[in-house]
Amino acid sequence: MSTEYISFLEHQGKYKGIRSWIFATDHKRIAFLYMYAIASFFLIGAILGLLMRIELISPGETIMKPQTYNGLFTVHGIIMIFMVVIPGLSAVFGNFFLPILIGAKDVAFPKLNLFSWWLFMLGSILAVASQLLKSGPPDTGWTFYAPYSTTTGTNVITATTAAFILGFSSILTGLNFIVTVHRMRAPGMKFFNMPLFPWAIYATAWIQLLATPVVGITLIMLIAERLFGIGFFNPDLGGDPVLFQHLFWIYSHPAVYIMILPAMGVITEIIPTFCQKKVYGYKAIAMSSLAIAGVGFLVWGHHMYTSGMSEQARWFFSLLTFLVAVPSAIKVFNWISTMYKGSIDMKPPFLFALFFIFLFMIGGLTGLILGSVATDIQVHDTSFIVAHFHYIIFGGMGFAFFAAIHYWLPKMYGKMYNFTRANIAAVALFIGFNLLYFPQFLIGIQGMPRRYFDYPPRFQWAQITSTIGGFILVSAVILMITNLIIGVRRGAKAPANPWNGTTLEWQIPSPPSLENFDEEPLVKENPYDYK
Amino acid sequence: MFANNSNFVQGVDTAFYLIFGVAIFFLVMLTTIMIVFVIKYNKKRHAHAVQIKDSSTLEIVWTTIPIILVLVMFYFGWEGFLPMRRAPKDAMQVKVIAKMWKWTFEYPGMKQSDTLMLPINRAVKMNLFSKDVIHGFSIPSFRVKEDVVPGKNNYTWFEPKIIGNYDLFCSAYCGLSHSYMLALVKIVSQEEFDKWLAGLPVKKAEDNNEGFKILEKNGCFSCHSTDGRKIVGPTFKGLYGSKHDVMTDGVTRNITADSIYIETSIMDPNKDVVVGYPSGVMKSYKGLIRDKDMPKVIDYFKTLK
Repeated sequence: MSTEYISFLEHQGKYKGIRSWIFATDHKRIAFLYMYAIASFFLIGAILGLLMRIELISPGETIMKPQTYNGLFTVHGIIMIFMVVIPGLSAVFGNFFLPILIGAKDVAFPKLNLFSWWLFMLGSILAVASQLLKSGPPDTGWTFYAPYSTTTGTNVITATTAAFILGFSSILTGLNFIVTVHRMRAPGMKFFNMPLFPWAIYATAWIQLLATPVVGITLIMLIAERLFGIGFFNPDLGGDPVLFQHLFWIYSHPAVYIMILPAMGVITEIIPTFCQKKVYGYKAIAMSSLAIAGVGFLVWGHHMYTSGMSEQARWFFSLLTFLVAVPSAIKVFNWISTMYKGSIDMKPPFLFALFFIFLFMIGGLTGLILGSVATDIQVHDTSFIVAHFHYIIFGGMGFAFFAAIHYWLPKMYGKMYNFTRANIAAVALFIGFNLLYFPQFLIGIQGMPRRYFDYPPRFQWAQITSTIGGFILVSAVILMITNLIIGVRRGAKAPANPWNGTTLEWQIPSPPSLENFDEEPLVKENPYDYK
Repeated sequence: MFANNSNFVQGVDTAFYLIFGVAIFFLVMLTTIMIVFVIKYNKKRHAHAVQIKDSSTLEIVWTTIPIILVLVMFYFGWEGFLPMRRAPKDAMQVKVIAKMWKWTFEYPGMKQSDTLMLPINRAVKMNLFSKDVIHGFSIPSFRVKEDVVPGKNNYTWFEPKIIGNYDLFCSAYCGLSHSYMLALVKIVSQEEFDKWLAGLPVKKAEDNNEGFKILEKNGCFSCHSTDGRKIVGPTFKGLYGSKHDVMTDGVTRNITADSIYIETSIMDPNKDVVVGYPSGVMKSYKGLIRDKDMPKVIDYFKTLK
C-alpha cells in the first residue's frame, strides 16, 4: 500500500461539490451517479406498481379510471425496463467493478462513460416528461405495439424518443466495456483468468452494442409514421403491424439477456466467496454466458406465437427457445455444485443469492411453458406472462442487484451495514415477492388476461393475495434501503476484505483510491483461488 | 386441469402436465440439495472448504440430460399445437369482426350477432378480421387464442364438446376499454342453434354508409359513441344541428353544430372544445380525411338522430 492513499470519495479533482460528481470521469463516481438515479426511478416505478395493485384489489373501478390504469402500466413498464433493469447492474456494478476486477485504472473511454450517463439522464427526463405533458401519459404498454401506438392521441412520440436516447446510452456503455475488456486488462490477465462477473458484463456488452440499434430504428420508424404518415406498420397506409413486433422483439428479447446475464455474473461472484470455494465449472459458466448471448438473438419469435406467423417460424422459434434454456440450467447446476463441501457463511449477500437461485429457477422453469407452442397459446397475454417475467426480471435481476449491493457496499463506501436488519429485509422481500407474483401464475393458466383494468370476480382471491404481497414487498424494500443508508452514514468502518474474497477488488482499500491500484495488481491464474 | 371443453384440451393439457411435472421435479430436487448443502456445509459444522476438481463427465451428463428433456417437451408442445392449424375443410365458417371494443360474429347469410352461439360437436373456423388495431381472440376454456391483426387473414378453429357458457376475452391490449372487450360464447345443441340462427337479423345498413366507413377507418369511434354514451369525447348521436357551449381561445360561447363546425372540429380539434372535455386530446385529421370526403361525413352525421 502506498503511503498517500486517498479514497476516491475524498479525492479533490478539478471541480468541487456537486460538479465533482456530475462532471466526474472516474468510473466509480459515474457508478454512484447511475446508482442514485436508478434507485430513485426504481422507487417511482414501484409506487406506480403498487397503485395498480390497489386498483386491482376489487373488480371494477377502485381508485382510478381505465385511462389512468392504462397509463400506469405503460409508465411502470417504461421506467422499470428502460431506466432500471436494462442499465441497472451493468451501469452501476459493471462501471464500478469491471475495471477493478480486471486490474484496470478506469474504463477505456472515461469521457464517453460520463457522456453515457448524461444521455441516460436526458432520456430519463424525457420519459418522465412524457407522463406530464398535456396530451397525457402514453397508453400503449411498454411494447408500443402498432397500429395502436401510431394512432393513439397520447404522448407516444416523447416516450419513444426517450427510449431511443436511453438506447444510445446503452450502446455507448456496451462499446466502452467491450474495449475495456479487450484493451485494459492488467498484465498477465488473460481472458480465462478474468473473474466471471467481467465475463458476464462482456457478453452483455455485445448484446447492447448489436441489438439496441434495431430498437432505435424501430422507434424512429414509429415516429416517422406518426409525424409524416409513412406507412411502415399501419395497414391503412400499406404497412404491416406484425413487422413492428418482429423488429421490436429482435431487440427486446436479447434485452432480457442484457438484464439477466450481469445478474448471473453477480451471483457467480458471491457464491464462491461465501462458500470459500473455487467456483465449479469456470469455463462452462464463462462459455454459457456467450452461448446465451448468441442464441438469445434468435428466439424473439416466441413472443409472437399468436400473431399469425407461419408454422415453420413457430416451429423454429420454439425449438431454439428450448435450447437456450440449457445454458441457464447449467449455470444453476454449477452454482449449487460450488456449495458442495464448501464452508458456508450465511451473510446477507449469500442469503440474497440463495433467494435469487430459487426465484430464477421458478422464472426459468415457467419459461418452458412459454417456449412450448401449445401451452404458450393458452397463457400468452395472460397474467401468467406477467408472473413469469417478474420472476426473471425482479426475482432474478432485482434480487441479484440487492445481493450485489449487500456484497459490494463495504467496498464502495468503506462502511458496513447491520446484518440482522438486512436479513429481515431479505426474508420479507422473498415472502412479499412470492405472495405478489405466484398467484398470477394460477389465474393466468385459467385465462386472466394481462393489462386488464377490470376482471371477472372469480379471479379476485388471487388479486387480493397479490396486493397484500405488494405491500409487504414495498415495505421490505424501504426497510432494506433504510438499513443501507444507516450503514453508509453511521455504520462501522469496513475492512478491505470483509468476506475473505479472492478477486482483485478485495486486495485494495475500501473505498478504493482514485486510480484503484497504487501498485501493480497481483494477477492469479484462477481468480477463485481458495487455499 | 379442466373439463374436455374442446377438441384441443387434451393435447394442450398433456404438454402442460409434462412440463409442469419436469419443472416441479427439478425445482424440488435442486432446492432440497441447496438447503441440505447450506445446512450441512455451514461453516460452524464445516470449517474448511474442500476444493473439488471439475469433472467433465458430470458436466457432460448435466448438459445432455436437459437437452434430451427440452427436446421431449418441445415435441409435445408442438404436437399439441399442430392440430390448431389443420381446420377441417367442411368446418362451419364464422367471420369474427373486432373493433374497439366490441366483438361481432357474422354467420353465413350475412347474419350478425354479439354473442358467439355455436352448435356442439361441430368444427367451426373463426376467420379473424380487425377494423382498427390488433385484438386478441381468446377462449381459455377451449385453449384457443389468435391475434386479430388488421390487414391479415388470421384464423383459428375448434370443435366445442360440452354445452355451456364460456368467456371470450380480448387478449391483446387495444386501448381504453380493452378489459371490457368481452363476449359470451354459448354452446348449444344443433337444433337450438338452427332455430336461433333462423331468427337472427341480417346485417345493419349502417355499415355500408360511406361517411361511416371513413370515420371508422380513422378510428373516430374509439372516442366518440353513436349511441349517446360519453367515452373520451362527446357522442355523435344527435350532434348535427344541436346547440353546445364551446371554449374558443378561453372564451365560452354557444354554437350550433353545423357542417362548418363539424369540419373545423375534425381539422382543427382544439379550436372549439366542448365545455367539460379536455383540450389537446384529439389530433388533427387534416390530410387523413380528404376534403372531398367531407360531405359524406356530414351526411352520415345527419343520420345520427
